[in-house]
Amino acid sequence: MSTGIVTAHSVVEPSPRAKAVAATLVAAYALISMIPLVWIFLTGFKSPPDSISYPPKAIFEPTLEGYCNLFTTRSRQSPEYMATLPPPASTCDEIARSRNMVIAGPSNYAPRFVNSLIIAFASTFCAVALGTFAAYGFSRFKVPLADDLLFFILSTRMMPPIAVAIPIYLMYRELGLSDTRLGMILLYTSVNVSLAVWLLKGFIDEIPREYEEAAMVDGYSRLHAFWKVVLPQATTGIAATAIFCLIFAWNEYAFAVLLTSGEAQTAPPFIPIIIGEGGQDWPAVAAGTTLFLLPILAFTVLLRRHLLRGITFGAVRK
Amino acid sequence: MAEIRVENLEKSFGSFAAVRGADFTVRDGEFFCLLGPSGCGKTTTLRMIAGLELPTGGRIFLGADEVTTQRASQRDIAFVFQLFALYPHMNVRANIAFPLRCQSMPRAEIRRRVEEAARILRISEILDKPVSGLSGGDRQRVALGRAIVRQPTAFLMDEPLGALDAEFRRLMCGELRALHDRLEATTVYVTHDQLEAMSMADKIAVMNNGVVEQLGSPREIYDRPASMFVADFIGSPPMNFVDFDARLASGDRAVRIDGAEIAIPELRETARQPRCTLGVRPEHVRLSDTSPLRGSVYGTEYLGTTQIVTVATGHGFVKARLPSETSVRLGEPVGLAFRPEKLSIFDRQSGRVLRSALHDGATHG
Repeated sequence: MSTGIVTAHSVVEPSPRAKAVAATLVAAYALISMIPLVWIFLTGFKSPPDSISYPPKAIFEPTLEGYCNLFTTRSRQSPEYMATLPPPASTCDEIARSRNMVIAGPSNYAPRFVNSLIIAFASTFCAVALGTFAAYGFSRFKVPLADDLLFFILSTRMMPPIAVAIPIYLMYRELGLSDTRLGMILLYTSVNVSLAVWLLKGFIDEIPREYEEAAMVDGYSRLHAFWKVVLPQATTGIAATAIFCLIFAWNEYAFAVLLTSGEAQTAPPFIPIIIGEGGQDWPAVAAGTTLFLLPILAFTVLLRRHLLRGITFGAVRK
Repeated sequence: MAEIRVENLEKSFGSFAAVRGADFTVRDGEFFCLLGPSGCGKTTTLRMIAGLELPTGGRIFLGADEVTTQRASQRDIAFVFQLFALYPHMNVRANIAFPLRCQSMPRAEIRRRVEEAARILRISEILDKPVSGLSGGDRQRVALGRAIVRQPTAFLMDEPLGALDAEFRRLMCGELRALHDRLEATTVYVTHDQLEAMSMADKIAVMNNGVVEQLGSPREIYDRPASMFVADFIGSPPMNFVDFDARLASGDRAVRIDGAEIAIPELRETARQPRCTLGVRPEHVRLSDTSPLRGSVYGTEYLGTTQIVTVATGHGFVKARLPSETSVRLGEPVGLAFRPEKLSIFDRQSGRVLRSALHDGATHG
């Protein structure tokens, strides 16, 4: 291509100017999109007064107060009592005492976070597992009224799930599923399973039937052939589907607010109501949000190769 | 190895009858071809023998056992697919070993059998490669390896050479037949390529519209086609057809076409109706100045040792395979003569052949 001086413009290679303009636009868009995230990340390291100062402070003295407040509950004590205490045992202790408080115990953030992990991963596993079997069935067998069934499955996503919040709330109360992890897992599974069926059916349709037929002729049962031949080839689709399901279940807020309050509460409804002295504790909220982003980020990065191949569907399958 | 017997096999998909009353026996160790155009039911028949489709009627026997409704996994047969169906997530060795691994065979035995299969197919050096980078020929050999490693009762092959290029296909034809002879395997081979079928098969079943039109050795099918469809489908160029109307009766030894008397093999049956067709292979046509059957040269195709000369007659085009040194000019008027003992007479309405001296001592399927 690049032998000698190129005088005519190429139809495949953009001009340097076009490249520069495109790069600037992309960079600008990326920066603008990242501002809220950066803002949250930085706020996590501000002190409560800095976090609500006006005009907003871009330069500030970083502190771990937000993270300490996120994980602890504190109580205000009299200066006399404070004087009787031994020297602070940890950074968080020190920060609390500088505000005339002592750490009373751990906050609810960690258990809420664990709830989120259990509910999101378990519901994703269930949705993907059920979705894979259902998609395989729709893909390989003559299911009576298959098209209608598939449309029906998809139709469950045609309204915002929260539209049925009240009936579900009443149903859950009767069934004793309110504020239970099992209830939330069932709920998120049922919302996600339609997405999983549709996504995975596309992937499984692309795996030639001959593979299973070859395995079955070779002496394997259908289930065995499914396990040994179909599943390994569907990993791309399964990974992509799992990420989409996990993102939904992890971020879901509306049902979580309505159906959980204590034992089974997930992180999304908990984080915004972290109260500090005199109102919202914004640094703690920001710290909680930052930590909340990490698992999904790690999961997505781990599976990103599959995700990139997965969201282009069969287009790049060899 | 075992005999495969198919009795009155039927398969319908809704109102569409894919296979109607297929009836044949593949003898132990025989290389059997199901030949026909696409959509004729040959692959469906093969898939029913394999257990990948359930018949809607009829019975299938493998050896002495009836397997009509048995699962594919219980039939002990090997199937080679057109697109090979090599598992992309396994390497060559794992692909070939795959059928053995479900028989809980000791590892050392699996290893020995895989290596032996690889040696027979001359693919020992690619055993540890992934299948994705292999050439068409190597993929084909791996697919065969997966079939032979099990030492099954029968091999079923669904157009296994269809995905290869023409040159390589010829080579693999020879290899497949040699492999068959070496393993003395009962093989059922599906193809739409008459040359593949003619060159490899011991016996061919020609299928059309779900029906077995003729069953016989390649020579029988070529020399004594049972129907106009078979005569037209086999041979390149196919058999010439000359339509005529006559009341033919058993014992007739000639027919009249345009006033020309043409000798035919003595008929052994009487035609049910007068609309008939004379069938003659191009190699049984010669030019004869004295023949009353006239036409003019329409075109020639030079093929090296022979040439195909197309003659326009009052009954349509007639192709003759002549030595390439015979000189013919376009537009030249010529007379046509046929080799009498090789002619077939068809009932044009049913398309079936009328039995004649040509069929003496032959059987029909």
